[in-house]
Amino acid sequence: MATQAKPRLGVFKFASCDGCQLSLLDLEDELLAIAGEIEIAFFPEASSSCLKGPYDIALVEGSIITAADVARIQDVRKDSKYLIAIGACSTTGGIQALRNWADIDEYVRAVYASPEFIKTLKDSTPIASHVKVDFAINGCPINKQQLLEVVVALCIGRPPALPQYSLCMECKRHGNVCVLVAEGTPCLGPVTQAGCGAICPASARGCFGCFGPMESANPDELVAGLLSRGIERGTIQRLLRGFTGNSDVFRAAGDKLEATRS
Amino acid sequence: MSTETKATRHLHLEMMTRIEGEGGISIELENGALKNVTLDIFEPPRLFEAFLRGRSIDELPDIVARICGICPVAHQLTAAQAVEDALGITLSPDIRALRQLLYFGEWIQSHVLHIFFLQLPDLLGCPDALVVARDHPLKVQEALRMKKIGNHIMETVGGRAIHPVNVCVGGFYRAPSASVVKALRDDVAWLLEASLQTVPFLASLPLPKLEREVEFVSLSRPDEYAILDGSLSVGSARNLKVKDFERSFVERHVAHSNALRTECVGEDKSFFVGPLARLNFNRAQLLPKAQSAMAASGISWPSANPYAGVLARAIELVHSCEGALACIDSYQEPNPCRMPFKLKAGDGHGASEAPRGTLYHNYRINDRGLIEFARIVPPTAQNLRRMEDDLRLLIPGVIDRPDAEILAECEKVMRCYDPCVSCSVHAIRIKRTP
Repeated sequence: MATQAKPRLGVFKFASCDGCQLSLLDLEDELLAIAGEIEIAFFPEASSSCLKGPYDIALVEGSIITAADVARIQDVRKDSKYLIAIGACSTTGGIQALRNWADIDEYVRAVYASPEFIKTLKDSTPIASHVKVDFAINGCPINKQQLLEVVVALCIGRPPALPQYSLCMECKRHGNVCVLVAEGTPCLGPVTQAGCGAICPASARGCFGCFGPMESANPDELVAGLLSRGIERGTIQRLLRGFTGNSDVFRAAGDKLEATRS
Repeated sequence: MSTETKATRHLHLEMMTRIEGEGGISIELENGALKNVTLDIFEPPRLFEAFLRGRSIDELPDIVARICGICPVAHQLTAAQAVEDALGITLSPDIRALRQLLYFGEWIQSHVLHIFFLQLPDLLGCPDALVVARDHPLKVQEALRMKKIGNHIMETVGGRAIHPVNVCVGGFYRAPSASVVKALRDDVAWLLEASLQTVPFLASLPLPKLEREVEFVSLSRPDEYAILDGSLSVGSARNLKVKDFERSFVERHVAHSNALRTECVGEDKSFFVGPLARLNFNRAQLLPKAQSAMAASGISWPSANPYAGVLARAIELVHSCEGALACIDSYQEPNPCRMPFKLKAGDGHGASEAPRGTLYHNYRINDRGLIEFARIVPPTAQNLRRMEDDLRLLIPGVIDRPDAEILAECEKVMRCYDPCVSCSVHAIRIKRTP
């Protein structure tokens, strides 16, 4: 192994809060060991030494909301062997994808005094809408242990193992009381992918879907259940249109709920 | 040489490194003198204040957290405070103390990140902390442990270090048990000692100096070092009410710089917020060990030297550890952990001291608890003009050096502000034509 070149890692930011790439620096116990095994070639938030590609692994944070970024993500793809989308912005479009249901010109006028200076796209789109994504790590923010798992798996050449089941499984394992059954609190747990540690139910509140839809989620059934418990449509709608609201599954469920409004 | 000195020359740094978010620097030289310099903010506009409209106050702390992954708690607590103002909610002392502990956790992780990972490499002539670790492995390992403890405080109180989930309007969803809070004690006691050693370590390194006359802005309180709340100190004015923030400052959208920036009403002067501003106003309210650390820092106060910001952060780090320890020792589970309230329509203002400086939020809500209007003014938006003014002061002194060195010196002084570009929700994408 000693004679082999270290895998080269690049970290790229698009429209985002920086929290997912911060997760890499939050691996306090592992960071120095990681840096021993991997060449961190491009990580401008942490290093002034910015080396050109190609990269073995590109970690891509953020969604695409400008024309320049439409072009830039193509460059990142060309430069990278494995492109990993990290976090809800890059996998679904993020919270800024709420613009996708709105009039973007009105939005810009609402925030900026001189809207003519602003150039932004009508929609916030995930990375996979633009280039091939080799692996996605969900979460708003991602779980840093999942990031470690994916990076290590790619470096040693095995498929990464991340949970695909619902948050309910994780919640039960933690021994939480079900907030939906016991308190009637709206909760997206039954349709959300596990990975956060079920921290919201542990804080006596419902899941709001940071980790996006689980595999084969059935949100329509959950919506019907929430409605039958007397939960307001508006509340359910906002719950679905949250941090991963632009994922195909949650978007379809939210739009369907809106369309059936009597 | 003569033809070169008469030419107009453009220097351009596409992307500043070791800062949060995306920004660059453009310099125009004419006849060997500085003609213009601008800080280019090309962070994409995410439009939080637009999409917050129609969302519920229950969702507000979760949504505003996503403005910034490094200071989510600052946004959560400032937004909660603004809505509590609108609804007339007064927090119990126990809830307030728990919010302080959460905020101290964020200050600790953010200040440690900035001091050791973003700024220290400049002081040691290194590109990053991993290179610093080659010569100072123990220092970097210790810094990682310090950062981890700050994050652990946030996890204990907030459920998660990045985008905590436990803050709500009126208090918290659930009070952490006394046993898990008390279990933080040994780590935080170690952290306090490590932070006390950080001040002399930084003071032993040569700090550059940039002389200028500036105004400062921060929150202040007579009874404590203002972090959670307070009244505004602006230049020589004191005790300005937070609800008058927008009367004291104006946000401008200027074509030549293409970024919204905050300026004092009626004064053509730049000001700045952040650790140095806070220490200039509020150093008498620092806790005792932070007071002694300040005395050992070798800085004479008030200080207007931006490069002293790293020491100011280190002094505040001591204060945060001391404050966190006091919160842990006196902790009792707040009961209730969320103040009862009735929804009503209203307008509310909140301000707190984010790690990078004063953060202001304003909301108008309707009687169903839905947001009708939102305004968010982050610290970095307030510092933008002062940051450009510093570049104007700095460049003439380094103008004869090679381009790369000029730009590197510019970048170093920008890092002193610990700019948080993702936070500048007003910041916009620009297309610069020379």
